[in-house]
Amino acid sequence: MSADLRADFEKRFAGGPVIRAHLVRPTDAFSVTVLFGPSGSGKTTILRCLAGLERPDAGWIRWGEEAWFDAAQGIFLPPQRRGAGYLFQDYALFPHMRVAGNIRYGLTPLPRAERRRRVAELLDLLQLKGLEQRYPKQLSGGQQQRVALARALARRPQVLLLDEPLSALDAPTRDQLRRELRPWLVDLKIPTILVTHDRVEALALGDHVVVLDQGRVLQSGPIHEVFGRPGNVAVARILGVDTVEAARVLHVVDGLATVAVGPVHLVALAEGSLKGDVYVCIHAEDVIIEKGAVAATSARNRLDGSIRTLSREGAMVRLGMDCGFPLTALVTKQACEELDLQEGERVTALVKAPAIHLVPRGSHLT
Amino acid sequence: MDWTAIDLTLRLAALTTVVLVLIGLPLGYWLARSTWRWKFLVEAVVALPLVLPPTVLGFYLLMAIGPRSPVGQLYEAVTGQLLPFSFQGLLLASVLYSLPFAVRPFAAAFAGVDWRLVEASWCLGKSRLQTFLRIVVPLARAGLLTGIVLSFAHTVGEFGVVLMVGGNIPGVTRTVSVSIYDEVQALNYAAAGETALFLLGLSFAVLCVTYALQRRVVVL
Repeated sequence: MSADLRADFEKRFAGGPVIRAHLVRPTDAFSVTVLFGPSGSGKTTILRCLAGLERPDAGWIRWGEEAWFDAAQGIFLPPQRRGAGYLFQDYALFPHMRVAGNIRYGLTPLPRAERRRRVAELLDLLQLKGLEQRYPKQLSGGQQQRVALARALARRPQVLLLDEPLSALDAPTRDQLRRELRPWLVDLKIPTILVTHDRVEALALGDHVVVLDQGRVLQSGPIHEVFGRPGNVAVARILGVDTVEAARVLHVVDGLATVAVGPVHLVALAEGSLKGDVYVCIHAEDVIIEKGAVAATSARNRLDGSIRTLSREGAMVRLGMDCGFPLTALVTKQACEELDLQEGERVTALVKAPAIHLVPRGSHLT
Repeated sequence: MDWTAIDLTLRLAALTTVVLVLIGLPLGYWLARSTWRWKFLVEAVVALPLVLPPTVLGFYLLMAIGPRSPVGQLYEAVTGQLLPFSFQGLLLASVLYSLPFAVRPFAAAFAGVDWRLVEASWCLGKSRLQTFLRIVVPLARAGLLTGIVLSFAHTVGEFGVVLMVGGNIPGVTRTVSVSIYDEVQALNYAAAGETALFLLGLSFAVLCVTYALQRRVVVL
């Protein structure tokens, strides 16, 4: 018995790249899968194919034992019969129905009492109480997003498909919802597939990431593995970040957070209220390399380590170091020659506190 | 005033509108959504009555439903009656003649409905028909109302097609516009004036009600 969502299909658009999707995700265990890539990489198309809103040209999609799509056998299950909850990028709330009507919309086959119970439950969970009688255009962006989520959740879908769920929001609301969304998903235990081009969003929400570019899957795997160790330069460039490590916030004093990355303690700027699990993100160009005795410095983080790898990228050299955790630095060729950097050599890496970006994780899987 | 003609005209216009809603809603929806490359052919056929002289349309219709045509023969075999110069024949002609006045506003109204709302409804388990009735129709109602009113009003005012296909039989095919024409031909200006004034008043009232309703619909 297969309990996986397995997809292997192709979708062609006139004048666009061929989109080839390959995906295997469990259906019986909660996880958030992130389809990550720049715009035009085909991630939304893949999500729409999974929902049944788009029909692939070749291949197949299976949910456990059930065939959702099979080009060879001419099977195409319409969206109504896939039991997937879909959240549209700008929510697609029904403008002529009130909040309660929107949430209730998919529940008509159920008895009245059950419908009422579920709507109340979701209004409660998503903090929408008191807004039942409003029309969508009387709501803020964040409220609309929560109503759309409630509407998708009301039918208890077997999978949740979220298309750029936070991109239509203003920055403060986005930050708040990014923190809240993952605990909701964890609570509900519905496997989720999420499309985004924002790495902070991906890290804050995802467990597993599929990196896409020009319609192709470049890499997929557990999120911090892929972000921390991109398979190749193309993936690293798309992810746009060089060092990503899981960490724990130890304490926050005077706006500075001390976090533990394995055995190493780092000091970073604390943005907002931070506690528990976070990801530490450091751009390679923000890391300064020194050799020998280090003079007094303003950098808060001084890390001793050794150079593991050294690779040339045009005028720059990328250093892979072990500082108690893997850290990547980008230095000029001249600097590399002046310092006479070699593999295996011991160096000191300096990172200023503001260069360390902390991405809060709503909640961890246990 | 020619009450027989007024009664006949209103019955004809009401029935024509009903038939046009039944045909026009699916056809308009299809025109709004289809990506078929030959769709323009259907669009052109639907719009033909807008540019054809009513006499031309009436002439072809008369040929098509006459007792020697297959359609006319079939109709006679089934009902024992002739289509031309009957109320049923007139109804058929009215439906064709007013088709663009229903279908074009319907299609425009449907095209204005955000397609993602339809997809959202599908993803919430609603069938295409349920989605059409609960999402598309309510959101397109202003345009649908326009199409309905235009169909009705246009049928009330038709003249050339009626003369060609219906003739001038009191109580059967003699509509208001034909009646007015007859009175004028007979130099009976007072009677023509009364009926004309009635038609003017009715048309104006219907349009006023429609625009008022639409205004409220839009503001809602």
